[in-house]
Amino acid sequence: MSDIAVTHVPHKRNIPFAQEAAGALVILALGAIGWFLYPDDLAFLTRLIGIAFLVLSLDLVTGYCGVATLGHAAQFGVGAYAAGIACIRGVSDPVALLAVGLCAGTVMGLISGALITRFRGLPQLVLSIAVGQLIAGLANKLSWLTGGSDGLSGIEPGKVFGVFGFDMYSRTAFVFSLGVLVITFVVLQRFVRSPFGLMCRGIKDDDLRAKMIGVSIYPRLVVMYGVAGAVAGIGGALTAISTGVVGLDSVSFERSAEVLVMLVLGGAGHLWGALAGTVIFMIFEHIVAAANPFHWMTLVGLLLILIVVFAPRGLIEPVVLLWAKFKRKGSAV
Amino acid sequence: MSDLLEARSVSRSFGGLHVTRDVNFKLTTGDRVALIGPNGAGKTTLVNLITGDIAPSEGQFFMGGDEITGLSIPDRVRRGLVRTFQTTRLFANLTVADNIALAIMQRKRITRRFFSSSTELPEVRAEWSEILSHLGLDRLAYRKVVELAYGQQRLIELAIGLALHPKVLLLDEPAAGVPHDEAPRILEAINRLPSDIAVLMIEHDMDLVFKFAKRVLVLAAGRLIFEGSPDQVTADHEVRRAYLGSYADARRPT
Repeated sequence: MSDIAVTHVPHKRNIPFAQEAAGALVILALGAIGWFLYPDDLAFLTRLIGIAFLVLSLDLVTGYCGVATLGHAAQFGVGAYAAGIACIRGVSDPVALLAVGLCAGTVMGLISGALITRFRGLPQLVLSIAVGQLIAGLANKLSWLTGGSDGLSGIEPGKVFGVFGFDMYSRTAFVFSLGVLVITFVVLQRFVRSPFGLMCRGIKDDDLRAKMIGVSIYPRLVVMYGVAGAVAGIGGALTAISTGVVGLDSVSFERSAEVLVMLVLGGAGHLWGALAGTVIFMIFEHIVAAANPFHWMTLVGLLLILIVVFAPRGLIEPVVLLWAKFKRKGSAV
Repeated sequence: MSDLLEARSVSRSFGGLHVTRDVNFKLTTGDRVALIGPNGAGKTTLVNLITGDIAPSEGQFFMGGDEITGLSIPDRVRRGLVRTFQTTRLFANLTVADNIALAIMQRKRITRRFFSSSTELPEVRAEWSEILSHLGLDRLAYRKVVELAYGQQRLIELAIGLALHPKVLLLDEPAAGVPHDEAPRILEAINRLPSDIAVLMIEHDMDLVFKFAKRVLVLAAGRLIFEGSPDQVTADHEVRRAYLGSYADARRPT
């Protein structure tokens, strides 16, 4: 304790990249559990991972910036359609298709962000719905490009790195998706703790205060929307690659609303919250919908009410509090 | 002595209500000015006009000779015009360190960085920990702002102002709501402000005003009715009538 003579404030215990490594390991471990325990459900788990990208993306704008949106599927859908169309027109390399989805999602994110973040509160929410519906309408009408209500089918991507072909058990798709998720998650962990990410959280807390320290808010939110669009676009492209079809459901209002529910369930403002919400909601839906196809939505509603009443900040919040307590105790000793 | 901030015949009305009328004043290097006036005199409106939160109906503001009337709030902050709020406005869910680090990083133009871990950047860290230990808040660095007592939050409001390295600092009732025994700490922090910046303080607590100000502006019904040293203010008949009331009588040497 001799090095604190100048600063007085003790340094946080900081092992570089510890958080990132932990994040990667946890996701890989969860993936391994899925792989070994549910080998017949890999197609479902792959879809889950695709949706996880969309929820993470939504978390960036809603959880970290406080932007209310019910049209976030637009970014996901545009990524999915772009990757699907590119594949049908002859781009078969999966990594290239991901890049296509990423770029399309980014562009869509920047456009939506430029529109939606101009406003606050209810106008913002309504505008987000309008943007989502516009994209859904376009996907339906431009049937020469998107296949209209039949959707795009016949998406047959080539082998990953020229080695691993996609199989009917979704093994390749699952591992490929999981790998992309790990990379994205680690990058996002860095991103949300960066000065840029921290400033976004500040803007969410009090935008007038942010202005009063000299921040121009609008451009930042648009950039954040672009990043979120990139993440959603990757998810869309992954889903297109792994399922081989892209339908109108990928841009639907229901999709937008569902991912918002997942985010609230898990806890907005935490990357882990987004992930937890996706996993719990999707698995719950998968099991309950199979057991009772008519009433499963009722049960989802019930689950959500319970969580909002007993853990209003999402399931991740108690975990975070516990962790903070644990760490404080550790440093006090 | 250069003019850091100048208001030239600034007026503002809301509908038919004239909240600010033909206000003129100058702040120069090293100025320590108190702005006083009865409730509803338009003090906070004047601060909002200066920062660009609301636009004047007439008149202009200048900083160092350049007109700033049309500039946005962030642009004015970047020129060194910084305020604190009457009711604390902080990033409540962030830690104390993050609150101040954001101000520092914004000043240093590094909040566009996407991938370095933020608060612990060495050059930023050195600065916020120094500000915090100056204010006696070093032990609270990693606490969330919402968890702190109000008096401590007022000090953080001040700390953010300091971190922005202002040329002109507007303090909107810095001691409002602070428990009486903690008020000296606020004054101490204000007195330690760099001597070359201009400070304009709105304050009701006359003790604080007399300890701080070298010059006092009195605002009543949107008009500046008096400007002078603290002693002249208490001696002035009109000011006493408009605002000070019995307080001035109490201070008169007997």
